[in-house]
Amino acid sequence: MCTGRIDLSFIIRAFENGMDGVFIGGCHLNECNYITHGNYHAINLVLLTKKIMEHIGLNPERLRIETISAGEGILFAEVMSDFGKKVKELGPLGKAEGLDENELKAKLQEVTKLIPYIKVEKKDKLGARLENKADYAGHFTSEEIAELLGNVASYWIDPSKCQACTSCARRCPADAIISEKQKIHVIDQEKCIKCGTCLEVCPSKFSAVTKISGEPVPPPIPEGERTVVRKSKEA
Amino acid sequence: MEVNVGAIILSPGIEPFDPKVREEYRYGEFENVVTSMDYERLMCATGPYQGEILRASDKKHPHKIAWISCVGSRQVTPGGNSYCSAVCCTYSQKQVILTKDHDAEAECTIFHNDIRSYGKDFERFRERTENLPGVRFIRSYVSIEREIPETKNVVIRYSTPDEGVKEEEFDMVVLSVGLNPPAEVKKMAGKFGIELNDHGFRKEISANPLETNRAGIYVSGAFQGPTDIPESVFTASGAGSKVGELLDYRRGDLAVERVYPLERDVSQEKPKIGVFVCHCGANISSVVDIPSTVDYCLSLPNVVYATNQLFSCATNSAKEITDIVKEKGLNRVVIAACSPRTLEPLFRDTLKEAGINQYYLEMANIREHNSWVHTKEKEEATRKAHDIIRMSVARASHLEPLQEFDLPVNKAALVVGGGIAGMTCALSIANQGHEVHLVEKDTELGGIARRVHTTLEGMDVQEYLGDLIHKVYQHQLIRVYTDATFTEATGYVGNFVTKVESKGMVTEIKHGATVIATGAEVSRPTEYLYGEDDRVMTHLELEEQITKEEEKVVNAESLVMIQCVGCRNEDRNYCSRICCSESIKNALELKEKNPEMDIYILFRDIRTYGLKEDYYREAASKEIKFIRYEPEDKPQVEAVQEGGKSVLRVTVTDPILGNKLEIDTDIIALAAAVVSPAENKEISSLFKVSLGPDDFFKEAHVKLRPVEFGADGVYLCGIAHYPKLISETVNQAYGAAGRVLTLLSHDTVIASGSVCEVEEKKCMGCGACIEVCTYGAIEFRGKKAVVNPVICKGDGLCNVKCPTGAISLKHFTDEEVFSQIDAAV
Repeated sequence: MCTGRIDLSFIIRAFENGMDGVFIGGCHLNECNYITHGNYHAINLVLLTKKIMEHIGLNPERLRIETISAGEGILFAEVMSDFGKKVKELGPLGKAEGLDENELKAKLQEVTKLIPYIKVEKKDKLGARLENKADYAGHFTSEEIAELLGNVASYWIDPSKCQACTSCARRCPADAIISEKQKIHVIDQEKCIKCGTCLEVCPSKFSAVTKISGEPVPPPIPEGERTVVRKSKEA
Repeated sequence: MEVNVGAIILSPGIEPFDPKVREEYRYGEFENVVTSMDYERLMCATGPYQGEILRASDKKHPHKIAWISCVGSRQVTPGGNSYCSAVCCTYSQKQVILTKDHDAEAECTIFHNDIRSYGKDFERFRERTENLPGVRFIRSYVSIEREIPETKNVVIRYSTPDEGVKEEEFDMVVLSVGLNPPAEVKKMAGKFGIELNDHGFRKEISANPLETNRAGIYVSGAFQGPTDIPESVFTASGAGSKVGELLDYRRGDLAVERVYPLERDVSQEKPKIGVFVCHCGANISSVVDIPSTVDYCLSLPNVVYATNQLFSCATNSAKEITDIVKEKGLNRVVIAACSPRTLEPLFRDTLKEAGINQYYLEMANIREHNSWVHTKEKEEATRKAHDIIRMSVARASHLEPLQEFDLPVNKAALVVGGGIAGMTCALSIANQGHEVHLVEKDTELGGIARRVHTTLEGMDVQEYLGDLIHKVYQHQLIRVYTDATFTEATGYVGNFVTKVESKGMVTEIKHGATVIATGAEVSRPTEYLYGEDDRVMTHLELEEQITKEEEKVVNAESLVMIQCVGCRNEDRNYCSRICCSESIKNALELKEKNPEMDIYILFRDIRTYGLKEDYYREAASKEIKFIRYEPEDKPQVEAVQEGGKSVLRVTVTDPILGNKLEIDTDIIALAAAVVSPAENKEISSLFKVSLGPDDFFKEAHVKLRPVEFGADGVYLCGIAHYPKLISETVNQAYGAAGRVLTLLSHDTVIASGSVCEVEEKKCMGCGACIEVCTYGAIEFRGKKAVVNPVICKGDGLCNVKCPTGAISLKHFTDEEVFSQIDAAV
């Protein structure tokens, strides 16, 4: 496994467990043991996560990534001691930032839920190869993260258009679509990972799925009223 | 006992020089004078003071330590060796770095002659040592004067350019002793009928350094002369390849296949974990409280058994583990010991012996990650050991059984580069019955050796090369492609497919192994009037002119050679290794042709390592003048008129007197750096192998895997790896052939079970995984991604890119990693 295998969910999980700091150690850039150069991806992930931490009120210095080779024992010890000292200085997670414990937990859980969506939205930037350290600071901006997390898209099936063809339900990777034959489909917003597959696969002649950003999703149609009104029969 | 064999390899090794033979070292007389070998033991966790560096006299930490270089080496006085022992400069630097690791305040001084950092990355290593605080490098001969009776400190006398002769007191003196052939080697050589040279190493008879005067008897390691670890490793595998050429027809006859017990299906059982806590002698147990740790293990969920072992890696311990697994019905094993990097394969094998899937093993590293770094914090280290084991136990509960794959092996090899390295390697592989495709970018075979005419030892390189080329073209199993380029390279270990375009024809080659032997080039100097004045040439151009008996060169009144041109600087921070030998060779040859010629060699350090030192001495005795210069005060060259004739004037600072010397000369030869060819970048991306900081190819492990790459099935030899002499290239080429044969002689190779897999239902067909996989291991089948497990290398990048969690890296699944993160609290 490579540093590129570090998932956003791992880092968030550690903070959720109350860890005061998370350190990621990887190989030097351009000295990949594989040929994937996953450490570039890991750096992008850390840059993104730091901005997310900032957004939810956590000190981003609680997260650090360093590239160190196996031959640099002294450097590794120095870096670890330094990070340990830093984390101690920062104080206990959340409390030092003036965050209520439950509030912090809720915020971290919210981010965890959004991970698939973040991966889709930020795919290109997470896969970029930043050769120059000067480019790190501006790779993700605070405004961008505020927009990403503040304006989360949702998917909704328009009951008047759904013909219960089951295409979306069959393709939904999260099993988030409540579907029965002859019954209007409904997206379970709790389960939905916002990947947009339903929008993509809904036949264009129906176009029942809509992406909603910035406003609440209409409530699901009550179970008793889900029988499909066949367009063809109407005609 | 009588054993019948078809071939013999002699590897008698080496012994450290015994400084007792020379009284002036005071070894055995002054308690705080130790050899570098003694010092190595002092630093070792299993050493006399459990890894603490202490003085024998008072058991106190030495604060001021001196290393004396060339003890027993580069000496023509009785008892000493005239050759350079080749490894001492760098091991002394290593000891300084480790000493500073033990005690950051320690003051370390290395007294040295030339610093011979000629190995790969050694120049950077020297610089790192030099830049440590409290470290001094002093270029001076020294004498050990006396011992201070009260303190047992040792007084050393040495000279400095500024302050003249000085005396200084040290708490400890380390003698950097050289390498001797073992005492019994003469007897052994006599028995086998092997001729020895004057120094007691094997006498070099042919151009092949692995051979001896007797057919069928080969040598490896330091029997060829003093060598470092990587050379020992590849000469060993090279000697193996020579033997293979003789005995390939009987390969495998004596091998016995291991039979493992049937694997028990435990997938339906609840986890039953056994934890084995290793003392590692004193390495772990001197820091971590083992009994309390074993008790702690028993309190962890799913752990049904825990015990301690003195050395878990010992054969009897492995037996104990298999017995207990069977007896207690364990289905998961945690070994709390060292890094999995070295011993994981061994313990996996132990699990197989115990009849459970080998992926049910988890190693908790409580040595490198714990006891070795927290020697002074025993209680905390014990707590940390508990944390590490708790995380491992949590992960072990989630481990799944995985199956490895048998991949078929195509029996052919592709060799990239038709120089001495590529041809030698190709011949050795072909001589063992395998088809070889030899690809050369040039019109002719031969590489840079086409420009070399003799070696320092006097071999006729062109004759050797001609013979080699002839053998290659004559060999029925070697197919040569010249003027060739690659259009495509795909596949994986045992099953590569490469497309070669040669003379307008594209050939698709299927091969099981690939050897990179692309060579190197000589740089074009940008200083000392090179390119502006035709009397200034590179060392190789000089060699060419000497061979042609060019009048203005062989009849010149005087000639100046400048060493280290274009390397050992900021841009190219490495030593080109071969130039000192090359210049001395040229100088000796010129002296032979024209004894009257004044020859000057301006150098920084003369690096005639190993047995080549004798030629340096010969050059000095023939009045070839060696003048040392500092990199910040390089020689100056200008063309001037003197006495009605145009001459080149070289100005250099005299290192002893400090004044400027002006040398008027007819010819200047520049020891231009050996550089990696520009196409290395393309080759590296094509064959998915990596380059080091100087764009030479980067081996899998600098010491232990010097001819292999991280990518399976791809091997390396020659100066594509790093500059080296012809004999060293031949050694390494055979070494690579030996490794190739270990692959090609098998019908199958095993691929790891830790690969990625797609859960089809969850895949949304976005292709994010396919985009990031550099191996091309994932493709769409319909609208779903599918992994080809034999190509997957298990880095797990795709796992992270997948928005839906459909693709996951086995053995490092989200669940397994989460369990460790959760257990860390």
